[in-house]
Amino acid sequence: MNIDRRDFLKLLGMGGAILVLGQRGSADAADMTAGKDDFFFVQLSDTHWGFNDPKINPDAMETLKKAIAGGNSMKIQPDFVVFTGDITHTTDDAKERRKRMSEARDIISGLKVKNVKFMAGEHDAGLDNGEAFQEYFGKTHYTFDYKGVHFIVIDNVSDPTSSITDPQLQWLSDELKKLDKESRIVVLTHRPLFDLYPNWDWWTRDGAKAIDLLLPYKKVTVLYGHIHQEHHHMTGHIPHHAAKGLMFPLPAPGSVPKRVPMPWDPAAPYKGLGYRGIEAKMDKADYIITEFPVQKG
Amino acid sequence: MKISRVIIMFPLAFMMAAFAVVTYAADQAGQQEQVVKITAKKFEYSPNEIRIKTGVPAVFEFTSLDRVHGFTVPDLGGIRATIEPGKVTRVTILAPKAGTYEFHCDLFCGDGHEGMTGKIIVED
Repeated sequence: MNIDRRDFLKLLGMGGAILVLGQRGSADAADMTAGKDDFFFVQLSDTHWGFNDPKINPDAMETLKKAIAGGNSMKIQPDFVVFTGDITHTTDDAKERRKRMSEARDIISGLKVKNVKFMAGEHDAGLDNGEAFQEYFGKTHYTFDYKGVHFIVIDNVSDPTSSITDPQLQWLSDELKKLDKESRIVVLTHRPLFDLYPNWDWWTRDGAKAIDLLLPYKKVTVLYGHIHQEHHHMTGHIPHHAAKGLMFPLPAPGSVPKRVPMPWDPAAPYKGLGYRGIEAKMDKADYIITEFPVQKG
Repeated sequence: MKISRVIIMFPLAFMMAAFAVVTYAADQAGQQEQVVKITAKKFEYSPNEIRIKTGVPAVFEFTSLDRVHGFTVPDLGGIRATIEPGKVTRVTILAPKAGTYEFHCDLFCGDGHEGMTGKIIVED
């Protein structure tokens, strides 16, 4: 595959908007060519399957399905798809929790791409330490490699305190020791690792310890969810990119007294919802992030 | 019923010294610590708006009516406590200055957890 950026978006056929270019932080039209080892993956987040409030999302039963259909309609299919947590909306009923997970998994299985990676959110895993999640979606922290990029999935939700916890931090430390400091690393997680807005619980209690472990590595990018909106932040040289959700948007941090879902806007259905494509540029150690709406518009 | 006591001061190093001083001063002035009884249940604190005075220790006595909940005030040095059913959890707060401080449950407790919040209004 050797295409330029305009062709790439045209081929995707999604009308997406490039809002961020990866680690180097600025768009450079001259770099918009794809090398043979470049790859492309899609991040979906906070699908909250099982959520039911028509004032917030009257199309709750269809939004995830529309996103799946959107992904399937991409003319260039992603190499893989990642779900960064809160796949299901929480419930106290363990039987209902499993039903929601089963239904979500069935819907997601409709993706043409079969290489799908799952992360847990506190709605999936916070009430049972990830027990049901693991039954349906597998481990909550793990690593995988793709074309020379090392992906690390960090679980910051299964512990009731929304912490990574010391055993997992030790695991992270051990994993990182296997890597060269020049290794390309993408961290996938649910909650922000940094103190985005602690008053709304938008942080990870021991996230700074994970960042400290990652800082010696020169090519690290963090992708996460949880806050249901795009957000971009740097801790040192490490960029952190939050994704939109697929059930309801949340207000900007601290912009309103309470972090409650934003109501549905009939004049602009699906406003604030969406998913993203991430193009990994191998020659530049860079990522191009493209945001896609739920519906073409 | 068991009683656990969490004494939390802000900022910790400074307030450890200041706490002793203020406690002494409060005792000298005859000011008693303010005790506030608070219940926690899915997904609310009651009361969820609490008024206290600067420089006077306020003791929050938490009781959970259902499950384990959390309590944290990020802008007061990140103080926190775990509120377990069947016992009283005491948190002593000494607010350094007047203002409004938000608190919330920081142990995920279910659908509605995100709305389990309150505020402490500190007055001179």
